[in-house]
Amino acid sequence: MIDQLSWIAIYPEILLLVMACVIALWDLGVMSPRRGLTFALTLVTLVVVAGMEMLYATGELSIYGFNGLVVSDPLGNWLKCFAAIATAVTLVYARPYSADRGMLRGGELFTLSLFALLGMFVMISGNNFLIIYLGLELLTLSSYALVALRRDNGIATEAAIKYFVLGAMASGFLLYGMSMLYGATGSLDLGNVFKAVSTGQVNHQVLIFGLVFVVSGLGFKLGVVPFHLWVPDVYQGAPTSVTLMLAGAPKFAAFAIVIRLLVEGLLPLAIDWQQMLTVLSVGSLLIGSLGGVMQKNVKRMLAYSTISQMGFVLLGLIPGVVEGSTLPAANGYSSALFYVVTYVLTTLATFGVLLVLARDGFESEEISDLAGLNQRSPLYAGILSLCLFSLAGIPPLVGFYAKLSVLQALITTGVNGYLALAVYAVVMSLIGAFYYLRVVKVMYFDEPITASTVSAPKDVRVVLGVNALLLLVVGLFPGGLMALCAKAIVLTLGA
Amino acid sequence: MGLLSLAIWLPIAFGVVLLAFGRDAHADAVRKIAFVGALASFLVTIPLYTGFHLGTADMQFVENFSWIERFNVNYHIGLDGLSFWFVPLTAFITLIVVISAWEVITERVNQYMGAFLILSGLMIGVFAALDGMLFYVFFEATLIPMYLIIGIWGGPNRIYAAFKFFLYTLLGSLLTLIALIYLYSVSNGSFEILEWHKLPLSMGEQTALFFAFLAAFAVKVPMWPVHTWLPDVHVQAPTGGSAVLAAIMLKLGAYGFLRFSLPIAPDAAHAYASLMIGLSLVAVIYVGLVAMVQTDMKKLVAYSSVAHMGFVTLGFFLFNDLGVEGGLVQMIAHGFVSGAMFLSIGVLYDRVHSRDIAAYGGVVNTMPKFAALAVLFAMANCGLPGTAGFVGEWMVILGAVQANFWLGFGAATALIFGAAYTLWMVKRVYFGPMTNDHVRELSDIGLREFMMLGLLAVAVLAMGIDPKPFTDVMDASVTELLKHVAVSKLSLN
Repeated sequence: MIDQLSWIAIYPEILLLVMACVIALWDLGVMSPRRGLTFALTLVTLVVVAGMEMLYATGELSIYGFNGLVVSDPLGNWLKCFAAIATAVTLVYARPYSADRGMLRGGELFTLSLFALLGMFVMISGNNFLIIYLGLELLTLSSYALVALRRDNGIATEAAIKYFVLGAMASGFLLYGMSMLYGATGSLDLGNVFKAVSTGQVNHQVLIFGLVFVVSGLGFKLGVVPFHLWVPDVYQGAPTSVTLMLAGAPKFAAFAIVIRLLVEGLLPLAIDWQQMLTVLSVGSLLIGSLGGVMQKNVKRMLAYSTISQMGFVLLGLIPGVVEGSTLPAANGYSSALFYVVTYVLTTLATFGVLLVLARDGFESEEISDLAGLNQRSPLYAGILSLCLFSLAGIPPLVGFYAKLSVLQALITTGVNGYLALAVYAVVMSLIGAFYYLRVVKVMYFDEPITASTVSAPKDVRVVLGVNALLLLVVGLFPGGLMALCAKAIVLTLGA
Repeated sequence: MGLLSLAIWLPIAFGVVLLAFGRDAHADAVRKIAFVGALASFLVTIPLYTGFHLGTADMQFVENFSWIERFNVNYHIGLDGLSFWFVPLTAFITLIVVISAWEVITERVNQYMGAFLILSGLMIGVFAALDGMLFYVFFEATLIPMYLIIGIWGGPNRIYAAFKFFLYTLLGSLLTLIALIYLYSVSNGSFEILEWHKLPLSMGEQTALFFAFLAAFAVKVPMWPVHTWLPDVHVQAPTGGSAVLAAIMLKLGAYGFLRFSLPIAPDAAHAYASLMIGLSLVAVIYVGLVAMVQTDMKKLVAYSSVAHMGFVTLGFFLFNDLGVEGGLVQMIAHGFVSGAMFLSIGVLYDRVHSRDIAAYGGVVNTMPKFAALAVLFAMANCGLPGTAGFVGEWMVILGAVQANFWLGFGAATALIFGAAYTLWMVKRVYFGPMTNDHVRELSDIGLREFMMLGLLAVAVLAMGIDPKPFTDVMDASVTELLKHVAVSKLSLN
């Protein structure tokens, strides 16, 4: 029996699905080379969906639908809201770039993005192993196609194949892990798995076996060491607009499934997965920081940057229940959430600038292409340096508060091992600071190789301006967003 | 918005406005706006002085608003005798730097001026912050404008210098960040510096905190042996950058000792005082000797800065009135004197484009007015009585003698080195026969340069002749600090 409430829980997803289909059909009739109408309709859809999710989120209710297959809770609602906004912003930045490169001969960019977003929504809403897996597949299949959107471009095709092969393997890992857990607990429902595991009656060995595969699968999706090898290649190979599509919104979904699977489903095994996450995060911070130093390609450098930033996010998930108090755990999860939000905010602006610069038929992918940008366009150089300082974690930019809250979550546990982790993370972020600074150096201290000025369409300028301003404003007044993240976590996980 | 907030945010606001100018089409307007901004920012610090109550160690001009509720971080600012004088000093030096750049900087004028004004506000913020996180945010944020100043307008090897500056200081301060969060954790969620002063801490904790703070502050001061970034950076930085760096940024570190290390970890501070004094003595004596053999004027003054700052840290770890207050006075005096020294070098550099001592000789013949002022600053740098440089060093030496005669003896000997390298440089640059055509063609300073150096000369002399207004402000706070530091925290539990 499907009740009314179940439908309410998935209204945004239904709307998104319907609109994705409508837009796919509508686009057949659009003739303009820039697909203005398709674009407009897509944006309206995304804004409406984001608005709905925000309404849901401020309602602060948790609704389980379809006998617990899906859940609509404040954490999920906020993540979906942010993901929809991030997708909209991505499309605004991506359109001129993609149009110049013949990627808008059909409207696939928009429809595939909508389906990818739908996949994220399903992942975030899923309260059941299979639903989560379905969402993940929808997202990744759309992403493979997006990466290969420039099918006449060899590098992009190579990146797509690489992404597909490794992604499929990761999905396999995840699914295998899930089946182990199902075998051990007899349920696919996260709530029931949780209950079964907490009884302590379940065979621990099988559980851990499954857990290892689940964590590996998640590691692939997050792109953390040692499952990071695809990240630099795909970031570099994909058209920049698609790189942004991979680097931005999906991080929300990845964060959501980590929380859903590990916390909501397998919290009783926290002792075990905390150790695994520690290893992943220590490795990611190391490789992400050192690997970026030698890069000449901006997108590759940003890929390594993402690896180390994801390492930081995992650090936030490590603090667990200390001496019977759930406070450190809630504190850690909300700091990780805050980290993800600020990371996506910064990434959007970073790639936004790269996309603006990449026009005039040249890619602007090498770091040296940015030489003397400050002389060509102080505005875009300023925005990009705000982003880079933010990624490096220099106050008063928003990235600093993200690092602060994660470090704070580790240190306030009072556990010495976590204190050591915090010191380690800090040292690694110093190394990371070097390569961000190097880009700033190229933009500000080197002489420009071309004198051409930079121009961008009005919509891009406005959105990019707001985006950059947010980096600074949220940096000066980070309290509101932090409180929001904390509240979402507490309301959802009841910690 | 209170007066103190105005002192912080007014220059920042002007700086942001300047950044919005984009290109160099309006360079003249930009210079004028920058001047107005710097002057206004300096003027708002005057009522701070007239309104400052002497004889109390309490914080004054306090403003306290909640800033980041979740972590209980407050926008809590205020001044006491320890921090007060740095506020007018910062605004004053910024004003001078704006004047000094007037004709010299012709490219990206708005970014240059904007960076200095923003930097000025941020540095005042560091001195005014009473909240640990607020302090840290201001402290770190100063790196961004300084990095750009060195990298864009610096000398040939500016990029190396900019990176060295940024990464060296960042490494130190990141460990401090850990220390701050640790304090937050053990104080049950408070970032109030004044609360931390009262926090009971075990010896192990104090030691760890002391060294975590030392990592940041020693690099910034800079103390031997982590001073190596300073000469490199000074040589490459533009004149204004060097002046601000030497006059104010170095003080951020020394100030940190007084605000954090000593009162939060008094037992550790006592336990490691001999280490700190040892490092300081090495700085004054060894680095003084290193300064003597420099052939580059800027490098010489940079090493002399390290030596002078050695006096400051020496004074702080004597734990007596004369030592601490002497250290503070020395910081202010060094602010005026080192700023003036770098600006004098800048005057010569703008004309000859060389910092090499050997490229000069007999400058006094062609630039008598300038030479008179420059020699005055050099005298102040040696610590001649009647100039600002004398007061602080004298007090520190007296304090050292009080603590231990041989310590005072060592410090006093260092003064001789100071006189030696400074006077030797003066002799080679300003006096003697004119060695080359560059010097023969020099033109004396104009009104702008005279104004800028003249103002500094007035400050140097005024402070040297009547240091009472400076020490009066500091007295109560220094006494209170020493009283606090004398009490062990180990028994508080």
